[in-house]
Amino acid sequence: MAVRERLSGNEAVAYAIKQINPDVMPAFPITPSTEIPQYVANYIANGEIDTEFIPVESEHSAMSATVGASAAGARALTATSSCGLALMWEELYVAASNRLPIVLALVNRALSGPININADHSDSMGARDSGWIQIYAESNQEVYDNFLQAFLIAEHKDVMLPVMICQDGFITSHGVENILLVEDDQVKEFVGEREPEHYLLNPNETLAVGPYAVSSYYMETKRGQREAMINARKVILEVADRFQAMTGRQYGFFEAYRLEDADYAVVIIGSAAGTCKAAIEQIRNTTGKKVGLLKIRVFRPFPEEEIAAALAHVKAVAILDRSEMFSATSGPLGAEVRAALYQAKGTAETVNYFYGLGGRDITVEDFCQVYENLEKIATEHKVTDMYEYIGLRTK
Amino acid sequence: MEAYIFKEIMSKPERLAPGHRMCAGCGGTIAVRGVLRALHEGDKAVVGNATGCLEVSSFMYPYTAYEDSYIHNAFENAGATLSGVETAYRVLKKRGKIKDDYKFITFGGDGGTYDIGFQSLSGAMERGHDMVYVCYDNGAYMNTGTQRSSATPQFADTTTTPAGKVSNGKVQIRKDLAAIMAEHHIPYVGQTTFTTNFKDLHTKAEKAIYTPGAAFLNVLAPCPRGWGYEPSDLMDICKAAVDTCYWPLYEVVDGKWSITYEPKEKLPIEDFLRSQRRFRHLFKPENEELIAAFQQEVDRRWEELQAKCGR
Amino acid sequence: MISERINENSPWQDITEGNKIFEAATSKEFCTGEWRTSTPVWEQEKCKQCLLCTPVCPDSSIPVCDQKREDFDYDHCKGCGICAKVCPFGAITMKEGK
Repeated sequence: MAVRERLSGNEAVAYAIKQINPDVMPAFPITPSTEIPQYVANYIANGEIDTEFIPVESEHSAMSATVGASAAGARALTATSSCGLALMWEELYVAASNRLPIVLALVNRALSGPININADHSDSMGARDSGWIQIYAESNQEVYDNFLQAFLIAEHKDVMLPVMICQDGFITSHGVENILLVEDDQVKEFVGEREPEHYLLNPNETLAVGPYAVSSYYMETKRGQREAMINARKVILEVADRFQAMTGRQYGFFEAYRLEDADYAVVIIGSAAGTCKAAIEQIRNTTGKKVGLLKIRVFRPFPEEEIAAALAHVKAVAILDRSEMFSATSGPLGAEVRAALYQAKGTAETVNYFYGLGGRDITVEDFCQVYENLEKIATEHKVTDMYEYIGLRTK
Repeated sequence: MEAYIFKEIMSKPERLAPGHRMCAGCGGTIAVRGVLRALHEGDKAVVGNATGCLEVSSFMYPYTAYEDSYIHNAFENAGATLSGVETAYRVLKKRGKIKDDYKFITFGGDGGTYDIGFQSLSGAMERGHDMVYVCYDNGAYMNTGTQRSSATPQFADTTTTPAGKVSNGKVQIRKDLAAIMAEHHIPYVGQTTFTTNFKDLHTKAEKAIYTPGAAFLNVLAPCPRGWGYEPSDLMDICKAAVDTCYWPLYEVVDGKWSITYEPKEKLPIEDFLRSQRRFRHLFKPENEELIAAFQQEVDRRWEELQAKCGR
Repeated sequence: MISERINENSPWQDITEGNKIFEAATSKEFCTGEWRTSTPVWEQEKCKQCLLCTPVCPDSSIPVCDQKREDFDYDHCKGCGICAKVCPFGAITMKEGK
């Protein structure tokens, strides 16, 4: 039986950690993810779990110690946000190239500068090329569910890659929602124990980790990482199927919401999808116009073909980015979705919006305007501005 | 602790294999061999390493020089990385997933230890992980070509503090890292280098490894290329470093400071400086006062150390 | 031999996961003795087996067995000459070349 609770996104992740009882958690506080290590430290202080918590002196050391613990054979994780992730940058690449099944609870927050503590995706989007699997959530329920699936994906022998479980800072991390928790014993059975093959503390094998690899080996190493990311596609879906069998809740690479018959679609990541869904219901109920949503859950590996197929019938698509990449053209999601459509010889018109940077609100009304704009673009076959902003003040 | 019976100690199985790519005459691997030799036979260890000469030379894919399990992560995080390994050990042991005992020893050069990895080292020591951090101190960033570090002695000619027409090398005096580590109030800190029978290094390494809790060892490890001397002169250089009190041998056990070797006659600092190209400019007649200043700093630190040792 | 399994001609599928190496001391396969420009020669008759030469070797190239040193490991000795300099009995001399 599922347990009904009311939890913030941070507490939901911490609760998942408690249920998993991992081996080692090094962490350093940063808003808005700070509560996660605090909750875990409390569980430990009260004897509810016996995870070893390392109160490191920086996020760089948090990921460094996580790498050490994972290489040693432990199930290891950490949590961070924004500049904390930026300080880990080097280590993100090391974790991935060392093929360590680490899990990182990321609470998305804008990167400095200027310093800003609110949600956007500039932290994780900047890390999109680091070799980590990235899974995003719309709600507290989703981030909890994603977290329960994370170690199973990471530790799969065909994958062996670190996984970033992302949620939007404050919006889900601090927003309290109703949530269905899986029973403790079911979680234990589902997640199991890490059974490492090669690890530093293996009494039967001497292991060396982290070599200097000259150019004769580097490129082949990267190709191996790519293969793991390709394999992750299958494994992510397999784990989702097992999760569905346990809970009834279904997950894939993305959620297609009223997309099947849609003429106009929004592609988005994260919590704003909920607002978009409200707009869709309102438009469909009041005008009958066929509008839909593709909410990306798995950004790495990027489900290129699946996205293109899901959007194949759509007349116009708005791709909404919650981060800049300062190419002076698109945002990261805009670029990749467009590339997917191009590759599939898609015919939909596309427009790329920037929204929600540094926690700027996005409303149902904003989404209604996006859909109106899409209809205009599809009718006139003319995109006046390929790159637009939502909620930006201008002269 | 084992009795230091030199020939028996020298007969222990080697834990650093040959075939690594360190320069001929490198002090770094002499330090590594010396420290690992202090592990008791049959005891398992995980060896860590900061990026530097040692790392790029001793684990060049697919060739590892280590008989023990080994992890290199990055330049500035040898302390944090090994603290993660050590913590994993404690929890896996607690949970009955592993049975064997392990020791944890990590090596970093002075770049990875005094400078870029200083924070990570300080954090790991303050948290009290049961591990040894060994700095093989060759007084500059040798891996990238002899740039100055905070371990570089004053007046040394390095590629970022070159001696020139209007420069006499590095302006600043060197950081006293062993003392800073002692101020972390960890159970064991030792400063050492290579002496004729290696007893000082061995004893300190053994204490560092087998004292529960965090320990730090600072080992002067001459670099023939960076310092500019004949590789075969390494042991003479070490002897001069110790006998001039440029590099005093001491330890701090549970807060108690003690000098472990006192030169019979404290030699003038020129005896250490003269044979090294990095100090060549100091021997120009007009630079006499620089040598005097160097001597003054050595004397001051030696007196300070003696005072800490209650002399 | 690890170099038979992993070398500069290995396809990407043969590169170990995460570049991990699952055995000890594979560096022994790499002969740094090639680097030598001068070579230590051990004169056994002069040697008193004091072993002072053994800890100063940066290349673990003076094997010791039952408290007695053996001849140099010329596959790995780089010829730095530290051992010759510390020998109190003149039992190690450096000769030019390999």
